[in-house]
Amino acid sequence: MSAYLISMGTYIGFFMILALALNLQWGITGMVNFGVAGFYALGAYASGLLTTKLGVPVGLAIPAACLVGMLVGGCVALLSMRLREDFLAIVTLGVGEVIRLIVLNEDRITEGPRGLRIEAQPFRDFVSAENYPLFYLFFVAVFVCLTFFVCERIRKSPMGRTLRAIREDDVVAGVLGKNVLRHRIQIFAVGTFFMGLAGALYAHYTQNISPEVFLPMVAMFIWMSVIVGGAGNNRGILIGAGAVMVFLEGTRFIGDFVDILDAEKMSALRIIMIGLLLIVTLRIRPRGLLPETKFQFKPN
Amino acid sequence: MTVMLQAKNLSRSFGGIHAVRDMSIDVEQGSITGLIGPNGAGKSTLFNLLSGVIRPHSGQVTYNGNDITKLAPYLRARQGLIRTFQLSREFGRMTVLENLMLSPQQQLGEKLWPVFSRPQAVRERDREIYERAEEVLEISRLEPLRDAYAADLSGGQKKLLELARTLMIDCDLILLDEPGAGVNPALMKTLTDMIRRLNTEHGKTFLLVEHDMDLIAQLCDPVVVMAQGAHLMSGTFDEVRADQTVIEAYLGSAVDA
Repeated sequence: MSAYLISMGTYIGFFMILALALNLQWGITGMVNFGVAGFYALGAYASGLLTTKLGVPVGLAIPAACLVGMLVGGCVALLSMRLREDFLAIVTLGVGEVIRLIVLNEDRITEGPRGLRIEAQPFRDFVSAENYPLFYLFFVAVFVCLTFFVCERIRKSPMGRTLRAIREDDVVAGVLGKNVLRHRIQIFAVGTFFMGLAGALYAHYTQNISPEVFLPMVAMFIWMSVIVGGAGNNRGILIGAGAVMVFLEGTRFIGDFVDILDAEKMSALRIIMIGLLLIVTLRIRPRGLLPETKFQFKPN
Repeated sequence: MTVMLQAKNLSRSFGGIHAVRDMSIDVEQGSITGLIGPNGAGKSTLFNLLSGVIRPHSGQVTYNGNDITKLAPYLRARQGLIRTFQLSREFGRMTVLENLMLSPQQQLGEKLWPVFSRPQAVRERDREIYERAEEVLEISRLEPLRDAYAADLSGGQKKLLELARTLMIDCDLILLDEPGAGVNPALMKTLTDMIRRLNTEHGKTFLLVEHDMDLIAQLCDPVVVMAQGAHLMSGTFDEVRADQTVIEAYLGSAVDA
């Protein structure tokens, strides 16, 4: 059971990084990104392929995966940021699916649906197999803190102010002398950088990745984390990601107590319950569990 | 007097409608130039062309002698050309103070790298911006509302906030799109006082669109009249008011063929 909790904690970590990244892009800057799963896959496969096919040490492969995420995200942003918000949603959804389908079909490189087996794990030689899962939980936690620090620093800075202005009204932000396009591309790329990081951490954790893990449903869970937690509030995002994951996993056990439901009915029921969670949260707390805080100037 | 902003033969159509055609206008440095005309005359389109929100199909815009026809709005702003909107557009989920503090141009802390590499310098710069914002809050009488969300302000207060925002910027020319629309008389006084003070004490030049003729009469010289997308005439308010073609443009001519 404790192994299960450790594993769940690790997954919550991946969710938190993804949700913080999405919050930066959407919650703060107002850019819709439905391609979260695609950038997650990109990071996972970038790091996985670098270590398995090219023998790159894992300590280099993880940062490289972040950079791949950042570069691809930057390019997507460059091509699509002039679009209206609703078009951006379609483009990012499309990009996410394109990444997944490339991974699925380029099986000479990615092993396709068979899944990619990854041996390399960070600091594997220094930790006993027995303690490794716990070590990895802390390893991921360090990156969650790092991501949180970066996102929080951006949010509190004058840049965060400008990003919120772009979210509220990009035309006015432009007329006030803000380089809207540049800010958007930059923040989109920073977001996909962290999505790549989450992917790489995931890849070396499960050691077996396949395209079916990166269905758009994953993006929806991350979106839910941001909405439930409170768009624009990084602390809320951490709570939201935790809540959604606990709920996702918690509902798994209902089947143990209710005999009349078989596995198939249960999995359908879980999705319904997650939808309910979203609706109930939005009814009670429309701006999330921890809404965006009001700006206060704190001289220090 | 030197011409600060000049539009030459600007045209812009939407589908088959010529919103602005062959329009020329000069805004002299230090003036408060009024732009009036009946509804649909193309005043707002002209504003959009001057501020760069839309591009003209033909014609040229020069600012301080430089051709800015193809310049993006944010680059015009950096050269000191700022505008407000007819229906005030504020950053709703941001406080009044925040609306002001984000306005200054090219803040160090707006760039990604310095936020992490030079946090101390960013903080110091932000402190200066904060002090300036406090002054502007004072001048614009928005002090009691500093922590209110901009979305919660009244129509007139939003207009005031828009004007206050331009005060935070080192701008030279301010385009005001109907600053008086929906403003109650008491607030109107604050607003006109503020515009006049900015003009005389701070040397800011204004071009403003307005339907309230009292405000035009009080503030503007010269007044430019637009009708059907084109320049009709210009002169002092009294000259314009007495002009037969202007009256016809507003009321429709008696013998409309």
